[in-house]
Amino acid sequence: MTQAGSPKSQAAAGEGWEPKVVAFLCNWCSYTGADLAGISRLKYPANLRIIRVMCSGRVSPAFVLKAFHEGADGVLVGGCHPGDCHYLEGNYKTLKRKLVFERLLEQFGIEPGRFRLEWISGGEGDKFARVAEELVKAVRELGPLGSTAERLGRADGLALRAEGGGGNA
Amino acid sequence: MPGPKIGVYVCHCGSNIAGKVDMDALREFAAELPDVVVSRDYKYMCSDPGQDLIKADIKEKGLERVVVASCSPRMHEPTFKRACQDAGLNPYLMEMANIREQCSWVTEDAEAATQKAKALVHSAVNKARHLEPLEDKTVPVDPKTLIVGGGIAGIEAALKIAEAGKEVYLVEREPSIGGNMAKLDKTFPTLDCAACILTPKMVSVAQHPNITLLTYSEVEKVEGYIGNFEVTIRKRARSIDEKLCNGCGTCQEKCPIKVPNEFEEGLGMRKAIYTPFPQAVPNKPVIDRENCTYYKTGKCKICERVCPPKAIRFDQEDEIITEKFGAIIVATGYQLFDPSVGPQWGYGRYDNVIHGLQFERLSNASGPTGGKILLKDGSEPEAVAILHCVGSRDTNYAEYCSRICCMTSVKFAHLVREKTNAKVYDLYMDMRTFGKQYEEFYNRVVAERDIYFIRGKGAEVMQDPETGKLLVRVEDTLLGVFREIPVDMVILNAAICPRPDSQEVAQKFGIQRSADGFFLEYHLKLEPMKTANDGVFIAGTCQAPKDIPDTVGQGAGAAAEALKVVFAGKVTVTPTTAEVSGTLCSGCRICIPLCPYNAITFDEAKGVAQVNEALCKGCGTCAASCPSGALRAKHFDNRQLYAQIEGVCAE
Repeated sequence: MTQAGSPKSQAAAGEGWEPKVVAFLCNWCSYTGADLAGISRLKYPANLRIIRVMCSGRVSPAFVLKAFHEGADGVLVGGCHPGDCHYLEGNYKTLKRKLVFERLLEQFGIEPGRFRLEWISGGEGDKFARVAEELVKAVRELGPLGSTAERLGRADGLALRAEGGGGNA
Repeated sequence: MPGPKIGVYVCHCGSNIAGKVDMDALREFAAELPDVVVSRDYKYMCSDPGQDLIKADIKEKGLERVVVASCSPRMHEPTFKRACQDAGLNPYLMEMANIREQCSWVTEDAEAATQKAKALVHSAVNKARHLEPLEDKTVPVDPKTLIVGGGIAGIEAALKIAEAGKEVYLVEREPSIGGNMAKLDKTFPTLDCAACILTPKMVSVAQHPNITLLTYSEVEKVEGYIGNFEVTIRKRARSIDEKLCNGCGTCQEKCPIKVPNEFEEGLGMRKAIYTPFPQAVPNKPVIDRENCTYYKTGKCKICERVCPPKAIRFDQEDEIITEKFGAIIVATGYQLFDPSVGPQWGYGRYDNVIHGLQFERLSNASGPTGGKILLKDGSEPEAVAILHCVGSRDTNYAEYCSRICCMTSVKFAHLVREKTNAKVYDLYMDMRTFGKQYEEFYNRVVAERDIYFIRGKGAEVMQDPETGKLLVRVEDTLLGVFREIPVDMVILNAAICPRPDSQEVAQKFGIQRSADGFFLEYHLKLEPMKTANDGVFIAGTCQAPKDIPDTVGQGAGAAAEALKVVFAGKVTVTPTTAEVSGTLCSGCRICIPLCPYNAITFDEAKGVAQVNEALCKGCGTCAASCPSGALRAKHFDNRQLYAQIEGVCAE
């Protein structure tokens, strides 16, 4: 949770805290769009770090949870526009998953504003930079995600309900 | 147990990375990461000496993984994979950290950029630790190439490939090949007529034994992948027997229906049975069923009665052709900006406001006026205004420069002077004469009499209520005065725009578009013909506005790309497919309908899913959905990606 040269513990957060955002980008559209942002020398916050996957369909909800668990304060998943998917329809699978997954995130006490799915084409460097800017800003306003214990506390009765639900569903 | 020996190579990329990211700090940071046995930085890692550093360490230090922190893997992944392979390391044991496009170039603050670069290197080292060697596979390639679009780009590409001895299918939507170039009159800077230089090539296309020409046809569906595309083409019914028709033209003479001719840009008429222009290839007419009396009322059939070889076939149906291709070239051209969307130009309101292609037809000897530059009432203009940048270099419409308009404007000015006695006012923002012999041509025309170049954007076209003349308003930015210039004709040099169906076409061929709507090349400078879809190439104005020399060059270039594929005879397909662990698979079959390529089947005997690696493209959607973790996306497996997540979050 620190930036280079300003080692501040999270307890002393406040001013020194810098959000971390992990972006999973599909190789064909969004990753290319992110490259184009670079080629166009657009600037966006360094808080966003990119992991390349071949298709947004590869992004398992577990990856997003893992990112939050490892200390990310926000997660972006970038895929091709509907109809443009290099693998025909992987992005639709991602979209369907997102709808269910967002409800799950809330149960974990993770605000919906920390997770974003965006369609960014290889020609949309400006859109990528804008989304990065917006998401980092949104996450900054939400503040640090905090520890798992804090999160579960924030989820109010939801955690309990999940417990009472039984089974491993 | 110690992990594999990892070497980290940090590239300065001159000052591109080193100007922002602290190279020493990054190198030292990487050296401290677990399993890293060597960490180096160098000015240009992609250069020979840079690659030699990596190769030497692989050999001498026995590196088992290599991490290169430099530009995007889209740029140099093949370079560094090859370097590893040369030194005896499996190329799939190399991982890149993109610290240029996705770090130094996008970050304002140097300290933040260095921190981010550390996170990206950490992530790449973490992934590298879990990489595994993979072997490329090769599949045979169909030797045929499909070219979509029969303009000069497609024609050039088709001829080059055919002359190299390979088979080509050229598919054109219109009844004739020739594209927009066939409409032009004289071409800058040499003023040779477009038809004179184009028609011999069109005829060669029709005659070449290696070219199958499908006009009045459209690609409906594209499946498969590089080397093995399966394409469905609809050959629309021409309503004539092409083998019997001898192109005599009697049917067109006798047909009683007249409609505006698209080829003449609305200035001339054609019949319901027609060839779009005299030099059409193939020189066989089509019946326009929407306008033909027979198709509307069931009566007429005059063409059938007068046709000497009895070639008319009213009951002909569309033909569906499916064919395999090794490579595809998309050369679908452009559409001119429609100036009627901007009321300030008066296009569509005033008779004698025309766009560039309409002027080409007026000036063309085979056009509606026989090459005379005339007003709508048949008289000769006394003054003509030419407006540059109509719909281009204008944030209200297209931001880009349409590139050809300065030169066509200069050409128009010359042609007006050559054929009439009219004064010419050329209203330009900047004069961009960028090509070989272009500036010389411009200088020649500047010296001609009665051509006035005025620096300023033609702002508005109005009509003088008293004289009926057109008035062009412009701010002459050299004199610093506003002017209203009375003229008889206004030529709007409208921009080259993407075709209105470019999105649909892009989706069909699995290619992308840039923000301006043109098809997106793989790399603006170094891969202008390649697209993100391997084996699909682009050429001509579908990629960006360009003049004829550049279009021809790109068409030939795309031919070289396609030949590279078909001559190789085989292509490497990625080994980064999915695989099933038989012991983990519970046989739930969730993955099966998720696969877009039907690559997963269920093995009834073993009760587990199995992946057909020849069909799998490695998207990993199945792996993301497998509840028991039995499906693994090679090179992007859970262990590798979890390690990456830990890496980016650690810094």
